[in-house]
Amino acid sequence: MKRKSNKEILVKVLQHIGRYKIFLFCSIVLAAISVILTLYIPILTGQAVDCILGPNAVDFNGILGILKTMVIVILLTAVVQWIMNTCNNKMAYQVVRDVRDEAFKKLEILPLKYIDGHSHGDIVSRIIADVDQFSDGLLMGFTQLFTGVVTIVGTLIFMLSISVSTTIVVVILTPLSFFIAGFIAKRTFNMSKAQSEIRGEQTALIDEMIGNEKVVKAFGHEPQIMNQFDEINGRLQKASVKAIFFSSLTNPCTRFVNSLVYAGVGILGAFLAIKGRISVGQLTSFLSYANQYTKPFNEISGVVTELQTALACAGRVFEFIEEESQIPDQENAVVLDASKGHIQMKNVYFSYNEGQKLIQGFHLDVQPGQRVAIVGPTGCGKTTVINLLMRFYDVNSGSIQIDGVDIRQMTRKSLRENFGMVLQETWLKTGTIRENIVMGKPDATQDEVVAAAKAAHAHSFIKRLPMGYDTVITEDGGSLSQGQKQLLCITRVMLCLPPMLILDEATSSIDTRTEIKISQAFHTLMKGRTSFIVAHRLSTIREADIILVMKDGNIIEQGNHETLLAKENGFYAKLYQSQ
Amino acid sequence: MRSLLVYMKQYKKESVLAPLFKMLEASFELMVPLVMAAIIDHGISTKDTGYIFKMGGILVLLAVVGLTSSVTAQYFSARAAVGFATKLRNALFSHIQDLSYTELDTLGTSTLITRMTSDVNQLQNGVNLTLRLLLRSPFIVFGAMIMAFTVDVKAALIFVVAIPLLAIVVFGIMIVSMPLYKKVQAALDKILGRTRENLAGARVIRAFCKEESEIAGFETENEILLNTQVFVGKISAAMNPVTYIIVNIALVVLLWTGAVRVDNGIITQGAVVALVNYMSQILVELVKMANLIIQITKALACAKRIESVFDVQVSMENGSVKQIMTHNDQEGIVFDKVCLTYNGGGDESLTDINFTVKMGQTIGIIGGTGSGKTSVVNLIPRFYDATKGSVQIGRRDIKEYDIDTLRQMIGVVPQKAVLFKGTIRENLLWGNENATEEELEYALEVSQAKEFVDTKEGRLDFMVAQGGKNLSGGQKQRLTIARAIVRSPRILILDDSASALDFATDAKLRQAIKDMNKDMIVIIVSQRSSSIQHADQIIVMEDGRVAGIGTHNQLLEQNEIYQEIYYSQFPKKKEAAK
Repeated sequence: MKRKSNKEILVKVLQHIGRYKIFLFCSIVLAAISVILTLYIPILTGQAVDCILGPNAVDFNGILGILKTMVIVILLTAVVQWIMNTCNNKMAYQVVRDVRDEAFKKLEILPLKYIDGHSHGDIVSRIIADVDQFSDGLLMGFTQLFTGVVTIVGTLIFMLSISVSTTIVVVILTPLSFFIAGFIAKRTFNMSKAQSEIRGEQTALIDEMIGNEKVVKAFGHEPQIMNQFDEINGRLQKASVKAIFFSSLTNPCTRFVNSLVYAGVGILGAFLAIKGRISVGQLTSFLSYANQYTKPFNEISGVVTELQTALACAGRVFEFIEEESQIPDQENAVVLDASKGHIQMKNVYFSYNEGQKLIQGFHLDVQPGQRVAIVGPTGCGKTTVINLLMRFYDVNSGSIQIDGVDIRQMTRKSLRENFGMVLQETWLKTGTIRENIVMGKPDATQDEVVAAAKAAHAHSFIKRLPMGYDTVITEDGGSLSQGQKQLLCITRVMLCLPPMLILDEATSSIDTRTEIKISQAFHTLMKGRTSFIVAHRLSTIREADIILVMKDGNIIEQGNHETLLAKENGFYAKLYQSQ
Repeated sequence: MRSLLVYMKQYKKESVLAPLFKMLEASFELMVPLVMAAIIDHGISTKDTGYIFKMGGILVLLAVVGLTSSVTAQYFSARAAVGFATKLRNALFSHIQDLSYTELDTLGTSTLITRMTSDVNQLQNGVNLTLRLLLRSPFIVFGAMIMAFTVDVKAALIFVVAIPLLAIVVFGIMIVSMPLYKKVQAALDKILGRTRENLAGARVIRAFCKEESEIAGFETENEILLNTQVFVGKISAAMNPVTYIIVNIALVVLLWTGAVRVDNGIITQGAVVALVNYMSQILVELVKMANLIIQITKALACAKRIESVFDVQVSMENGSVKQIMTHNDQEGIVFDKVCLTYNGGGDESLTDINFTVKMGQTIGIIGGTGSGKTSVVNLIPRFYDATKGSVQIGRRDIKEYDIDTLRQMIGVVPQKAVLFKGTIRENLLWGNENATEEELEYALEVSQAKEFVDTKEGRLDFMVAQGGKNLSGGQKQRLTIARAIVRSPRILILDDSASALDFATDAKLRQAIKDMNKDMIVIIVSQRSSSIQHADQIIVMEDGRVAGIGTHNQLLEQNEIYQEIYYSQFPKKKEAAK
């Protein structure tokens, strides 16, 4: 995959900020104003101190003027800061919203090839965590960087305007804290690495053992595991103490440098004051600058790393958003109404990866209402046929036609609405049982739902759930058994009754007896409907009109049960005997 | 959190010393403005360079001493926090080991894992920060106030007003925004959930043309997230400006009061500078404290989640009998009117189960998905306790047995073939730690695992990857069977554990097990008729009830359900029967 350069990513980010430019502009201007106002306060304080010389030597008029200015500056600063913060928030969160919406929309039009080929965890973390990181790091980091730089420059100018020599002391001593922080970070790195390695080891053990706690208990293996855990835990303790202690040295050390700067400014300033080069008030201003001056430096060094991570995150998000989408429906795409169910595959070539041939020169003609069963060993391309029929994948060459129209000339929506599909991998969404059943027919009545559930033999177990049809199931079915999930998926199709059916190992997790009952229901369902059935169990496919025996992407035998069985040494015949 | 403090006990010394040294550091920090005031008042006004150097030296000394005590404090606090976390993790892990299946089901595996890992780590950070900062920040805030009093009582009264005001603002904003942040988290969880769902269900969503409605749903949830975030943002954006106003207005008042008091000759110019310095120290500390409190709240939430795991009591009481069943016990296993309702599981999963197994018998349990086959066998090693009725082994209610003794008698091969990272030998030794090499080999032979183990490099020393990923399903199953056989159990339970084996191997396996030990009770749960056909007794399960018990031939004659199951798998036999 092509990596974007930082510049390209920045351009992308700016494009997204585009709509909210006004916020960005305000934020920058206000940041500069707020920094300068903040830095002005110590000067004013110093001036005020200079008005307070001693008993009966206080310039009250002068002080009053200075304090009035101070109050105005303070209030102004606060208002400016608040507006700036609000601008930043609005900008950051709206950009995040936009990017997430965009990413999610992308998700729905990505070719399945991408979704099948990438780790879901990775995609999720791009849409959720990376977007957050990038808004925090990039938008906030940017303002921090900006204010940091303005603060440093401003402080330098203010300091120089008071005393050059004292400024030099500050400028020379400050990098010390950088140096120390860097030194500690380098030392800490190895210790943290050791710590996270042991932590990883421990997490792996926890994951493995608690994940299979039931087996652990069945074998009474708890004490052994406890010992193993203790040993790792002990090592982790040692490593953690070291890592945490050393990394926690950064703060005291930089504070120490700060104190040294403070002392230096104090001594030098006092001498200058004796010589009358600066006033006591100016010394006060200086001291508070000395306290502040190192802070933006420490912050900036943090911000730079944060910006780098943020850029990397932004890069990952945009990379995802810019993935190639599936080919959109043609402009003049046909809407397939209720299909007759005449399916033809003409000279179809297809493979998932270039170089790895799969389906080659595939021909098939299914008359309306016929039942097609596809059998063959694992990996022979059974599921691929379905991927092609539903247009989850497009053929490389050749064509698939329904009622004489190439499916690429139809809208995907109308094509898929004509198919009812039950897959081996059951999938349920978070929500009630009912919501899951009515997916294909949102306006179904309760009676229709129950009837469908009864037909799929799911009613009896749904009834026994705590809230019946209103039981909320968690992500991917949660506590339901594999077989129960499959029954729900079947119910889903039973409800919407599309003209064509695809059953991909639809009953693989269901016991044979229930399976027979369901297949009776399917039987009625399939009457007059063109259907495709993929199954391991030969018993389920005996009654098909066409049986396709596939091997290595090719149809090696084709016919009905009797004719295929009659073939001596036929693949199907052998398969059938072995069961 | 309180109940977790016991794990801190061993680190009492550290947890006292850490804050103590922190306070020491803080007190040195509080001296700095006083020294500076002295420089201004004495050094500059009397032009005493020696004095200035001396005071400057004191500043450096204060810095060094401050650094030393701070480093000491960091050390003790790291030790205390890590030590606490180590003890806690240990106790938590051990507690989880004690839980029974019922509790494991309620809590859920993934929750337990996050509790053990990220929650404990968060808590460790929280403890560390608390030890270091919780005392330091208030100490500096109040210390600065007290120091102000030593400088000038009247001027210090400004502090007395400003500090509570600041506290109210900081805590007020936090109290208001904290629950809102929780809302943000909840909203974020929602869109995360939807994203994951849409990935896993991409095919189904597209098949049902749900893309548009999913996008619309996502956008609504995303908008809710945005609004909550902006709302919270507005509130917390007020924190800095408001505290800024309070501190600086206090500064203005301070300067004015100072001016009046200096004019009257009550305090010096240096004293005013010192007071100003104290004010700015307070501001810095308050910001730190606000962050600290956010961290502590997070850590407390983690502590609560960990506590909730500790609060789960083991529902199973252990028995005391440590004697295993003997050969003379004619009735090996008896189920007497057994019912089972899972925790929170609505209806009964098992209803009125009655059967008796004699020593040495082989029992087959067959039935549909969800008919309760596994539930029945799970009762035997007391993975769950029957809600009604009793299960007896060797004429004793199994509740009377010590659980370890009970499970020692039983070899279980669970449905899901689970192996652990380690060598094949290590995995087999789970069954019996003291098994000899011959016993291991024998177990491999019986379980039909020998043929493939022989082809593996290092045979018994072959490394099994985590979750057994480098073995096929059938190989894993055979090893889990071998593991149970290594136990040389009195009762062997095979819970649909030959499903990945082909028919021939399955048959060989059953024969080998039969030849093992004449007294051993074997219970085979299966969906395949062929696997249980030859059992001494076959129990047919249907909807949580026993639908029939008998031999294959008896059942085939009388039992409708059994016939259905059998003929669904052997259709040719049906034709022959007609």
